[in-house]
Amino acid sequence: MTALAGTGQLSRLILRRDRVLTPLWVVFIAVVPLSYVASINELFPTAAQRADYAHLMQHNASFVTLYGLLTGSSLGELVSWRAGFIPGMIGLFSILTVVRHTRTDEEAGRRELLGATVVGRHAGLAAALLTTFAANALLGALLALGMTSQDLPVAGSWAFGLEFTLSGWVFAAVGAVAAQLTTGARSARGIAILVLGVAYVLRVVGDLSATGNGALSWLSWLSPIGWVHRIHPYGGDRWALALLPVGLAALLVLAAVTLAARRDIGAGLLPPRLGPASAAPGLRSPVALAWRLHRGLLAGWVAGFAALGVVMGGVAEGIGDLVRDTPELADVFRRIGGAQGLIDSYLAGTLGLFGLISAGYAIQATLRLREEEAVGHAEAVLGTATGRLRWAASHLVFALLGPAATLAASGLAMGLTHGLNSGDPGRELPRVLAGAMVQLPGVWVLAAVAVVFFGLLPRVAAASWGALAICMLISIVGPALRLDQWILDVSPFTHLPHLPGGEATATPLVTLTLLAALLAAAGLLGLRRRDIPGV
Amino acid sequence: MTEAIRTEGLVKTFGRTRALSGLDLAVPTGEVHGFLGPNGAGKTTTIRVLLGLIRPDGGTARLLDGDPWADATRLHRRLAYVPGDVTLWPNLTGGEVIDLLGRLRGGLDRRRRDELLERFELDPRKKGRAYSKGNRQKVALVAALASDVELLILDEPTSGLDPLMEEVFQQVIREEKRRGDRTVLLSSHILAEVEALCDRLTIIRDGRAVESGSLADLRHLTRTSIEADLAGRPAGLADLPGVHNLRTDDGRVRFDVDTDSLDAALRQLTAVGVRGLVSQPPTLEELFLRHYQRGGDQPSRTATAEVAR
Repeated sequence: MTALAGTGQLSRLILRRDRVLTPLWVVFIAVVPLSYVASINELFPTAAQRADYAHLMQHNASFVTLYGLLTGSSLGELVSWRAGFIPGMIGLFSILTVVRHTRTDEEAGRRELLGATVVGRHAGLAAALLTTFAANALLGALLALGMTSQDLPVAGSWAFGLEFTLSGWVFAAVGAVAAQLTTGARSARGIAILVLGVAYVLRVVGDLSATGNGALSWLSWLSPIGWVHRIHPYGGDRWALALLPVGLAALLVLAAVTLAARRDIGAGLLPPRLGPASAAPGLRSPVALAWRLHRGLLAGWVAGFAALGVVMGGVAEGIGDLVRDTPELADVFRRIGGAQGLIDSYLAGTLGLFGLISAGYAIQATLRLREEEAVGHAEAVLGTATGRLRWAASHLVFALLGPAATLAASGLAMGLTHGLNSGDPGRELPRVLAGAMVQLPGVWVLAAVAVVFFGLLPRVAAASWGALAICMLISIVGPALRLDQWILDVSPFTHLPHLPGGEATATPLVTLTLLAALLAAAGLLGLRRRDIPGV
Repeated sequence: MTEAIRTEGLVKTFGRTRALSGLDLAVPTGEVHGFLGPNGAGKTTTIRVLLGLIRPDGGTARLLDGDPWADATRLHRRLAYVPGDVTLWPNLTGGEVIDLLGRLRGGLDRRRRDELLERFELDPRKKGRAYSKGNRQKVALVAALASDVELLILDEPTSGLDPLMEEVFQQVIREEKRRGDRTVLLSSHILAEVEALCDRLTIIRDGRAVESGSLADLRHLTRTSIEADLAGRPAGLADLPGVHNLRTDDGRVRFDVDTDSLDAALRQLTAVGVRGLVSQPPTLEELFLRHYQRGGDQPSRTATAEVAR
């Protein structure tokens, strides 16, 4: 097996490069369903209450779209159903990881450096797949152990873990195939994510059809996400269904290996296209360059947020139905403000989540500065009559205004969808939009933390992601774990007003914006004084 | 005569590594100046100080009568820089990068750009990721050479170019030289290139300038190799100062002689009677090797390998 020589060393290299990101992701995703156990137990402590809730959810189109079909009402089934959106996210993460360690390396020429050493021609692909498969297996095992620790059935818990693991395996293999097709990592990612999107849509249309006349329900059987959902953890544990995703993953890996054997290193199967011979008249400033570098990503985020807004806004009215249709639960809901209160707290909670995700975009846009510096692009720009602050500002514009665009898109889409559903868009649209926009100061604080790292400690700039992970943990599992208030206060998002429904106060918004400005100024001061390291 | 570049006692350390330890460099305006040294000698670090990308720990640097750190933006309008390792944005075409960099410097000569593209045989429509190393180098060269600037800073600009393109590069630089108003700092480890293009040069080793002057000056410092068939045995040759490595083999002598002592040495030979004479002119390479072999430590071996390339 000389074609695989060096796979071990390359795998260790990948583990070394991802030693922060992957463990964070694995633990985070394994912990999220645990928080559902707590919240479902709290909201619906008796079997009767859970049955009522399940009965409602089964026929709610928006929830079916988001989570999939619900087939039972046991605690385990509700939790695994509620986690039905996670296999898609795991698929996305697996695609990004595999492409990053195959095509991105190849595009950057690092693959060539390794290819000339004693490394077999398939070792790079094998190492990327091996580590991604292992991370997903670990994620599944952690989830199973976590669920078992909550006194859920052991077999079901392992089936639940298998659902997560297999979704990662299939899409890791999809990423491996896509990485063979194009010369650019960007297009490879695009192709693989498109496949993921198609799988998701097939699953949604099939599942929606199943709640109605069932004419198109077979579509779900064309989707790997549909397959892993149908393992039905805690509700049958159909182990045999695991063969479908395992078989597909095996076929795709085989296809990727075959394709890799037929092409040259650095080349793709789809020919690269030619571009313009000279620059458009507008491409004459650092910010115009930054626009070229950021626009694709920003457009993707805005579109994704608008779609999320439509889905989440569409669900909102259904939450109100829950109160109206289940008089037995009226008491529970009255405590949290009746139907309106429940809808508002759902809207505010969702918008808070959007804020956290937008902070991910803001950090990514900020760290683009570091990336430009590390690969040597910054040197080319700073070697011209472009000052450091002007260069930094050209990218930070996107870190500041990009989240404004993503939040506005999600707020508008969510407010409009929910408004049309509830019959009063004139009232809901501005309320929801305001709830989205108040997230901005929190997002900016995290972007500013990334600026501080970039300006003062550029080598560990990636630690900015740790700040986001801390805020996410605090927001998502903090209340469930009943953490002390001072811990909750660490996250800027804790201080934002809960809109719609909550009290609108300007003080935290102003304070957080000022804090962000101060942090950013400190980071920029650091950038002006420090060396720009060579490549 | 004004100076485009002057550094005095430049010091820069990275952690425990001392990249520059008291570097002096002076480049008068209008000159093509060779900046010679093996990898790791401190050429790129010096250039990065001159560009204001890094701040020296000691010494002074002046560039076009300004402070390279404090006046970076203002000065960069008047210079163009080609890095040793050119990376391009993967989704921008070569033509777009050339135009963008030119505009960020304050404008470029359209006709000159197109002429250079043709001479370097570069397709400007390819995306950055599709170029080979040599072609990436050409993109940066065209962007720099098509800019109307006073100073060109070129960091090993021909690494990655094939011999044909290297010839084109040399022609272009010679044309620049004829214009007379442009200063060029050409860092290189290729001696032939420096000999072909430069008026003066500075040789650096371990972050310090070890030799600086015109080619003629520096050649003067080197030794000529002499090989002669003599009628009899030479007397007193070994006692002459400036004669080195003398080997006598019947009527045949071989030795190296300092340029200053050449005349005296030849007198000794003709006094005996010369039947045949071979003399090897001093080369820059010899000078270079002499500097780097002195001490015989690690850096010198790298230098030898570098020159042998």
